Amino acid sequence: MSASTEITPELVAEHGLTDDEYRNLLTIMGRAPNIVELGIFSVMWSEHCSYKSSRHWLKRLPTEAPWVIQGPGENAGVIDIGDGQAAIFKMESHNHPSFIEPYQGAATGVGGILRDVFTMGARPVANMNALRFGHPDDAKTRHLVSGVVAGIGGYGNCVGVPTVGGECDFHHAYDGNILVNAMTVGIADADRIFYSAAAGIGNAVVYVGSKTGRDGIHGATMASAEFDDDSEEKRPTVQVGDPFTEKLLIEACLELMATDAIVAIQDMGAAGLTSSSVEMASKGEVGIELDMDRVPVREEAMTPYEIMLSESQERMLMVLKPGREDVARAIFEKWELDFAIIGRVTDTQRLVLTEGGETVCDIPVPPLVSEAPLYQRPCAAPPAPAPLPEQTPADDVPIGDALIRLVGSPDLCSRRWIWEQYDHMVMADTVQRPGGDAAVVRVHGTQKGLAITTDCTPRYCYADPVQGGRQTVAEAWRNLTAAGARPLAVTDNLNFGNPERPEIMGQFVGCIDGMAEACSALDFPVVSGNVSLYNETNGSAILPTPAIGGVGVIDDIERMATVALLPDADIFLIGETTGHIGASLWLREIGGLEAGAPPPVDLAAERANGDFIRGCIADGSVNACHDLSGGGLLVALAEMALAGDCGAEIALDPGKTSLPHFCFGEDQGRYLVATADGEDLSVRAKAAGVRITRLGRSNGDALTVAGHPPISLNTLRNAHEGWFPRYMAG
Amino acid sequence: MKSAVIVFPGSNCDRDVQIALRRSFGSEPAMVWHGDEDVPDADLIVVPGGFSYGDYLRAGCMAAHSPAMREVVKRAGAGVAVLGICNGFQILCESGLLPGALMRNAGLRFVCRDVHLRVENTETVFTRGYAGGEVLRIPVAHHDGNYAADPETLSRLVNENRIAFRYCDMGGDITEDANPNGSAANIAGILNEAGNVLGMMPHPERLADAALGGTDGRAMFEALAGKIAA
Repeated sequence: MSASTEITPELVAEHGLTDDEYRNLLTIMGRAPNIVELGIFSVMWSEHCSYKSSRHWLKRLPTEAPWVIQGPGENAGVIDIGDGQAAIFKMESHNHPSFIEPYQGAATGVGGILRDVFTMGARPVANMNALRFGHPDDAKTRHLVSGVVAGIGGYGNCVGVPTVGGECDFHHAYDGNILVNAMTVGIADADRIFYSAAAGIGNAVVYVGSKTGRDGIHGATMASAEFDDDSEEKRPTVQVGDPFTEKLLIEACLELMATDAIVAIQDMGAAGLTSSSVEMASKGEVGIELDMDRVPVREEAMTPYEIMLSESQERMLMVLKPGREDVARAIFEKWELDFAIIGRVTDTQRLVLTEGGETVCDIPVPPLVSEAPLYQRPCAAPPAPAPLPEQTPADDVPIGDALIRLVGSPDLCSRRWIWEQYDHMVMADTVQRPGGDAAVVRVHGTQKGLAITTDCTPRYCYADPVQGGRQTVAEAWRNLTAAGARPLAVTDNLNFGNPERPEIMGQFVGCIDGMAEACSALDFPVVSGNVSLYNETNGSAILPTPAIGGVGVIDDIERMATVALLPDADIFLIGETTGHIGASLWLREIGGLEAGAPPPVDLAAERANGDFIRGCIADGSVNACHDLSGGGLLVALAEMALAGDCGAEIALDPGKTSLPHFCFGEDQGRYLVATADGEDLSVRAKAAGVRITRLGRSNGDALTVAGHPPISLNTLRNAHEGWFPRYMAG
Repeated sequence: MKSAVIVFPGSNCDRDVQIALRRSFGSEPAMVWHGDEDVPDADLIVVPGGFSYGDYLRAGCMAAHSPAMREVVKRAGAGVAVLGICNGFQILCESGLLPGALMRNAGLRFVCRDVHLRVENTETVFTRGYAGGEVLRIPVAHHDGNYAADPETLSRLVNENRIAFRYCDMGGDITEDANPNGSAANIAGILNEAGNVLGMMPHPERLADAALGGTDGRAMFEALAGKIAA
């Protein structure tokens, strides 16, 4: 594309702009754009960068609390974790690229989210992820799992940030659109946080990191359209990651941030140099002038169009204080990274690009940002879930057989095959490794811990978006609580299908409403997030998947709980059990049915139960705790037994429901806890108005439900550990 | 007692080992940038884990040619204790201080988990804090930890008692199942001829703190700090 390229209606359409959007562009520019300007409008107004279908609804999410330092709108959210320190975190999707090229797609997803966090001044301390793949029987699934896991590991391991956990589910709805959502958590001094607003007329605009190549051009546009049968041809738009350079960039940026040289800093993510320069100018209400000839490039004859739209990885843009250029240059040269002054801050509020002394782009920044399209697309209520039959094929399966099958099913089996490919211990602060309810990393040099979890139950969101949205937030809150943490805030990664279809918008809005209710009721605000739409192939959408990354604080890591059952403890069930089997894994895996409404979430009970548990962990009276989620009570108990290598004998009174429904129903707001002093716990629970039921005692090497044959831990372990390696070896 | 840690671009266990050294030595280790030939006087030099130069070309290859490593080779020749962990082990092999090479894991995947090690030689400055045949639990985290050497070298390592650690099961038996990466003879760590250079794939610095779930790695640093009588 050269400067003389004629702007035809076809070219405008290829850039993803509608007729109305193009007309608005002409009004803003007061003339026809050239190709560089068209490219810049195209990416800035893409769904990926402008959130044009989602912005209106995102405002419904609560974003404030006394401990929130920075909510949505910056590179990542920032919360106060006490003692003058802040946790900075965000989750972001890299779905489309990962389907096309799983290793590089996933790897660069990790690289991008790391940059969002260290660009704000934080040292990244933990990576997490939320993965969704197609059905194990789909021909592509094994290849995608293998590539994505290797890519996440390949990047995180090299950078030296531990990948401490995540989630991974399988469903046919993701056959053509996998989800790769990556989250990074970092720690910074609360008074040393860096923002992106450019300031200081005349200050140098500096480019650091890798050179710019032709990779990833139009990545943001690709992420804003559905897939079709030709999507394979988009492989060249997937970027290639270099974690070694990222590691150097982290160290160089943090070294520079320890000086007072930086005015503003912004990573180059989606839409590369375009979005970073526009963002910095817009936030600072200034202009930016860039000389294309000074941008470090790794290929010859790159045009301004290519330079501005490239999504080459491991690059940052900074505005430096006058006279500090040499200090900064020395640091980046020490780390053998490119450092180039490519422009300056102006007072024009325009983005001006020059090449060979000629102006090749001149766009007023305020309307480029403020007049980005905003749509309130039509919504339709999603159809009600298929009704639950009176009797299901699963009802006749003995509970022991059902348990063994469930713990060995794709969605509930051990994820060891995955996490052993991630270095989850580097930095020597991982005090709870993957496999529990939440991962816990110690805040370096202190006794505090950050508990981190990622959660979503798409089958609930599909059956009832509002309940599903509520449940997703509640489960994250519950997982943090089960480790003994005070849940503080969340980041969200909203993955949906094509927003131009009313039923998809209905799912989106329903999930947002449910999430908003739960965030409010649990004082668990959203501080950062990302929206990924158009997760469809040939008109078939993914399940609505609003993934949540939750972060909480443990004041003293000596007083946290793990899921590992210890011998000679009383085992209690906290919360109400009605035997709700709608949308449950038991129904799907044992009964072969996806039907029924998801379990309702009682947010008042959720809060009461969680606050009670947290208190009991903090005072040391509960030493093992596990929240109940997919698979219900018996699966949770089996997971605790396997983690602690300790069996249990329990007696169950199903009351008004059946025994299988009691064992495997997925009623919300529940925990299993183990304690050395059962009597005391019962008394305290009753005083707190919390429903508590004694189930039995831990001991031995089998799980025994009174009246049923014991199941040895070996049998459970073989089932639980067996599926993943067997499948991947397939 | 003084210690030093060599830091390469891409090292990422340098801080972890710094903390373990600080704890056992009671003094700050010198952190030495790879470009410095001026390695301060030290009783112990650690070449830490990570991905020096991104593992590009071959793990440890480029780091082995850095100015700091030239000095480390000299010091090793003069009898200074040199400990290479993970990528550090790869670098020591590439620099010729230790024989053999670390190839891609037999399973072809990166592997991060606790493994068991049997202490094969307690007569060294690194291992004298352990009992002979003692079984340690220490994590590995690597993609290229598959130790290989020609048969002659392997038999020399055995005959000269230069295998420091071997992968074993919980009971101390050397089995194929206990070998996380396909290493010849389940080798997890080896010594040079003089016994003052140790390279090992497992990370003792990662289990030297009870809060992390174990302290089996600590006795190595305590011994090196001279806190355990020879």
